[in-house]
Amino acid sequence: MALIELKDISKTYNTTAVPVNALKDINITFEKQEFTAIVGPSGSGKTTMLNILGGLDKPTNGTVIIDNNDITKMKPGNLVDFRLNKIGFVFQAYNLIPVLTALENVEFIMLLQKVSKKERREQAENLLQDVGLGDRMDNRPSQLSGGQQQRVAVARALASKPAFVLADEPTANLDSKSAESLLDMMEEMNKKHNMTFIFSTHDARVIKRARRVVTLEDGMVKEDKINK
Amino acid sequence: MYFKLAWKNIWRNKKRTVIVSASVFFAVILACVMRSAQLGSYSYMIDSAAKMQTGYLQIQGEKFWENRSLDESIQLTSGFQDSLQKINHITSLTPRLEAFALLSKDSITKVSPVIGIDPQKEHNMTELDKKLVSGQYLQSGDQGIIIASGLAKRLKAVLGDSIVLYGSGFHGQIAAAELKITGIVELPLPQMNDAMAFIDLPNAQYIYAAPGRITSLSIMIDNIRNLETVNDAVHGMLTNKLTVMTWDEMMPDLVQSIEMDNASGLIMIGILYMVIAFGVFGTIMMMTAEREKEFGILNSIGMKKQRMIFVSLIESVMISLIGVVFGVLGSIPITAYLKANPIVLSGDSAAAWESLGIEPIMTFSVNPDIYFWQSIIVFVIALFCALYPLLFIGHLKPIQAMRR
Ligand SMILES: Nc1ncnc2c1ncn2[C@@H]1O[C@H](COP(=O)(O)OP(=O)(O)O)[C@@H](O)[C@H]1O
Ligand SMILES: [Mg+2]
Repeated sequence: MALIELKDISKTYNTTAVPVNALKDINITFEKQEFTAIVGPSGSGKTTMLNILGGLDKPTNGTVIIDNNDITKMKPGNLVDFRLNKIGFVFQAYNLIPVLTALENVEFIMLLQKVSKKERREQAENLLQDVGLGDRMDNRPSQLSGGQQQRVAVARALASKPAFVLADEPTANLDSKSAESLLDMMEEMNKKHNMTFIFSTHDARVIKRARRVVTLEDGMVKEDKINK
Repeated sequence: MYFKLAWKNIWRNKKRTVIVSASVFFAVILACVMRSAQLGSYSYMIDSAAKMQTGYLQIQGEKFWENRSLDESIQLTSGFQDSLQKINHITSLTPRLEAFALLSKDSITKVSPVIGIDPQKEHNMTELDKKLVSGQYLQSGDQGIIIASGLAKRLKAVLGDSIVLYGSGFHGQIAAAELKITGIVELPLPQMNDAMAFIDLPNAQYIYAAPGRITSLSIMIDNIRNLETVNDAVHGMLTNKLTVMTWDEMMPDLVQSIEMDNASGLIMIGILYMVIAFGVFGTIMMMTAEREKEFGILNSIGMKKQRMIFVSLIESVMISLIGVVFGVLGSIPITAYLKANPIVLSGDSAAAWESLGIEPIMTFSVNPDIYFWQSIIVFVIALFCALYPLLFIGHLKPIQAMRR
């Protein structure tokens, strides 16, 4: 049984004068422990696909099955809890709460999950160690570089013990060196925690780090291959 | 941690929060001092007026208030008075026998209320003896008369002169006497100072042929708060043909002027808080709108909207509460100081007070209600302002929010 299954997914935006078919009849599955890049030019539908995968948006047609749950049929309130407990999110930028320290940002998601204070603290410290920020735990986001902020975001995504992590262009705002090392870290987490990562990118250097590459073009899956 | 987060959130823009808290702070201080002055002066005015004139309550014959006639005079047994005295919160009972009479000195005659008083009890209530400007205060058993200085002037009488009293007594009997002026008092209220005269109660009862009778028994109490309780207790003891009136029934003008003043004060405070409410609302609005992206991310990663609204509500309450806490803490010493050191008025306002027969002193109240109500008002403002984040977050669409 696949971890994630997209069945006949299409998405049409009607908010514009001319409706946009952002996704056209997508069928794809993702397995546990994948380390997969969704690639394609700007406007190809990467973000739309990740939003639907993450339960942030509803498809116009089709179903999304995650861990045997059809999330397209979930009530909004349940969907928030589902996201909290099943999905880790890393966005392009502004991921973190600016007034909280790195440690508190990671703890915060566990607070939402009502994890005990002691366990929260311990878990957050461990994760920040894992992502290489053991010495920056008490820094606020503004005191961290973009790359470090994204590491905190990954640590936070992992802290909720999700089924998989979705990252929409996590390296888009980073220089290539920081991008490389963020990818190193994600790969390490993928192995160490057996965590599934699905990330979108259009950066060639990032693409070649993925084990599976799904290429979108014009709202359709153009290619789906395993990297050597 | 939600409280900690809310606390940190309100300090994202320190200057803005300081400004809005300071405006709440000053508004609360202003409102507290204003209310303190108003409430303080009302109770002072009521107390002064009650002391000087009617008492907080008065037992009278049923129709005395309309007729002002000796025929409505009453007899209260000493047993009855004793049991009145035993009612909690009653501090003094002052009997009076009051009737209009003609007072003449040589060829001048004036109409005057001549009041039979118990000198000691009158001292306890009105401190009439302190108003003495010449001569001596009445002693029990005295045959003399004390007249107000204005009346003395009108009669062209001086201390030691004899004046003639002529009037009608109980049940139409003739009342006539020659009385020696043994004292002159200066009364604050001009209309009283131009008219009043006082004689010893037994003497009055003799002259008016009303032995053992009085027209009113004024009751003073320890605090106006206990008026209802005392009124009920007194009511319970009244027999036929007796009635009890309260200060507000006897002094409707005073009630009206207090009500008008109070209303205008409340309107001012209302306007003040309206301005403050808009300030707080604007701040909350900005605080919410500028974090749209963050709310979008938080909702995406799994924070429920209710929880975000809850944090915003705490923020709104915190912003308002900072001002209130410091405002109340600041007003307590200010009002306490003003209560201990009342302001002596001068000029127009002083004249206005004097015309009411009240010493022109601005007294302040430290009634806890004052501070309590300011806190409640600001709290309500905070809740009202929290409507904005409620609606904003309620309508938030995380994807759109994050695209901005
Ligand atoms: N909210 C929206 N309303 C209208 N059109 C949208 C919206 N979001 C995305 N689109 C359109 O859908 C297509 C796919 O966009 P997107 O998923 O953001 O692509 P990518 O992330 O690959 O750049 C684009 O043509 C984009 O303009
Ligand atoms: Mg995109």
